[in-house]
Amino acid sequence: MSATAQAIGSAAPAQRASLKRSRRWALWWSYVFLVMFAIFFLMPPVYMLIMGLKTSHEIAAMTNPWWVFHPTLENFKALLTSKTYLTFFRNSAVISLAVVAITMLIAVPAAFSLGRMKFWGSTTLAAGVFLTYLIPDSLLFIPLFKIMAWVHETTGVALLNHWWALIIIYPTLTVPFCTWIMIGYFQSIPKELDEAALIDGAGYIQMLTKIFLPVALPGIIAATIFAFTVSWSEFLYPMAFTVSTDQLVLPVGIVTTLIKGDVYNWGQIMAACLMGAAPPLIIYAFLMDYYIAGLTAGATKG
Amino acid sequence: MAQVMLRKLVKNYDETPAVRGIDLDIADKEFVVLVGPSGCGKSTTLRMIAGLEDITGGDVLIGGEVVNDVPPKDRDIAMVFQNYALYPHMSVYENMSFGLRLKKVAKDEIARRVQNAAQILDISELLERKPKQLSGGQRQRVAMGRAIVRDPKVFLFDEPLSNLDAKLRVQMRTEIKKVHQKVRTTTVYVTHDQIEAMTLADRVVVMNGGNIEQVGTPNDLYHTPATKFVAGFIGSPAMNFVPCAIEEAAGALRVRLSKDIAFPVPQDRTQRYRALVGKSDLLFGLRPEHITEQRPHMEPNQHPFEVELEVTEPMGMETMVYFLVEGTELCGRVNPDAGAQDGKRMKLVADLGKMHLIDNASGRVL
Repeated sequence: MSATAQAIGSAAPAQRASLKRSRRWALWWSYVFLVMFAIFFLMPPVYMLIMGLKTSHEIAAMTNPWWVFHPTLENFKALLTSKTYLTFFRNSAVISLAVVAITMLIAVPAAFSLGRMKFWGSTTLAAGVFLTYLIPDSLLFIPLFKIMAWVHETTGVALLNHWWALIIIYPTLTVPFCTWIMIGYFQSIPKELDEAALIDGAGYIQMLTKIFLPVALPGIIAATIFAFTVSWSEFLYPMAFTVSTDQLVLPVGIVTTLIKGDVYNWGQIMAACLMGAAPPLIIYAFLMDYYIAGLTAGATKG
Repeated sequence: MAQVMLRKLVKNYDETPAVRGIDLDIADKEFVVLVGPSGCGKSTTLRMIAGLEDITGGDVLIGGEVVNDVPPKDRDIAMVFQNYALYPHMSVYENMSFGLRLKKVAKDEIARRVQNAAQILDISELLERKPKQLSGGQRQRVAMGRAIVRDPKVFLFDEPLSNLDAKLRVQMRTEIKKVHQKVRTTTVYVTHDQIEAMTLADRVVVMNGGNIEQVGTPNDLYHTPATKFVAGFIGSPAMNFVPCAIEEAAGALRVRLSKDIAFPVPQDRTQRYRALVGKSDLLFGLRPEHITEQRPHMEPNQHPFEVELEVTEPMGMETMVYFLVEGTELCGRVNPDAGAQDGKRMKLVADLGKMHLIDNASGRVL
């Protein structure tokens, strides 16, 4: 064997070994950071669970905050048998489901027409839709309050302090963003697909329902999850527009009914928050794969 | 009957013309290929026939009726796209039957037609699969199947083989020809590949800059091109063009390429070329296959000349030889055993019976 061949022969395993070593290091560091992230993000729910399982007495005693010495389900029981908490839950659920439905009914056809049917001003309109999303709700709630008062004065329909009025308000937050992400998604579908459908004899409605909805399903699911999460966790609008206990939604209800003056019912607050966080969590868990596909699919033109 | 006729067809994108008033008659059952370089307007023309592109001026007639304002679905056409355009969420069967289902055709009739098309294309085994489980060639077959089941008046193909690798392209080319022999539907096929055009077409339409340069059978275009563009576009390697002059000496005509090289004009062309004596800006055109090595028995119109070879390219069954005439590079095809070598002088033979004379200013073949 020549000298060169020998050198190559011995270099190859060394190179492989060094690749293996660097891969091992990369993996090791990945795990370190993943564990750190997991601890960081899981700390609040774990803390909520631990506090939810403690009695008020144990919380007040300031024992080790990360351990339960006398676990109890009293806080959960109290909430699940409390009519007020169940009302908050119901209000939140009905509002969120209705908002998701309304958002999809508006955003899907809007995104389809803005993304696929080129017409005069469609690009400007699409940009306009997104711009409305950039205005924060903290700027919008005062004018919205005025509009609701004006509607009451002129039509006699009282919107303020009614939980169902939030079904009309929330789409102002969800529709622009959902339309915008779906425009991107619809645009990423090759144009030959609608041309093939056109030649096959499909009208625009059939094209939307039979081709675009199934093909864009990941995008639609991503938008659905977004709409649900926004409606479920919205705090400012219900805080501003609803007052009576039976009209409140979960995020506002928990802080207004379980904090009385300077008395914090920590056990129940934590249990309520934990149970309140469950529905979005369950939805995420079921639709996670679709959600990720939806977030990345629009990124590259396929 | 499904002739397709184009009458003064024009397409402008804003102010930019893409198709400049073309006329074309495609007979029933004919396979016509539109060929030309990128941006020549061939795809735009096809899309206007399909109804996917608005017509700026002129008429498209299918089966004798003007269809300018008829939506694509009512034109009774089927189209195969370059990127297949299969519906990704549907199985092969659903893809092929989609158009029929929209038309509310009876279920057993749909099944019969799909099975029939699947058999023609040899994809019966794939009917339950989704497009992503298919190879490129299989997808292309499904796209063709989707067109066949509809039993349309006209098939439109928009560069259907461009996404396939070279080997598969040749194979699918044969498949398409076989399918047309079986189905006999009027077909308009767009490609930029002149070999595809020559092998598939009953008639080839060569387009350039939004105009039709020439319409003819593959042999017509090859042997009697009407313009310099067609002469250069059809055939591979491309036709050689050299500036030349027509001279007259003692009643005989000669075509002079350089100080040393001048060929006698064939007898049957003397009359035609006599008016060109002394005319400037003429080009002599001869295909590489009509420049060969010197053989023991020369045909009447073959004339020898000697050049120094610049480059030789052995291809196995033949050797391409490149040489300069007055600074212009020419290509010839010689027998691999003829002893062609880089930098060596070699005696070659030009077949003047196959020459073309081109007016460089107008681009017309004279």
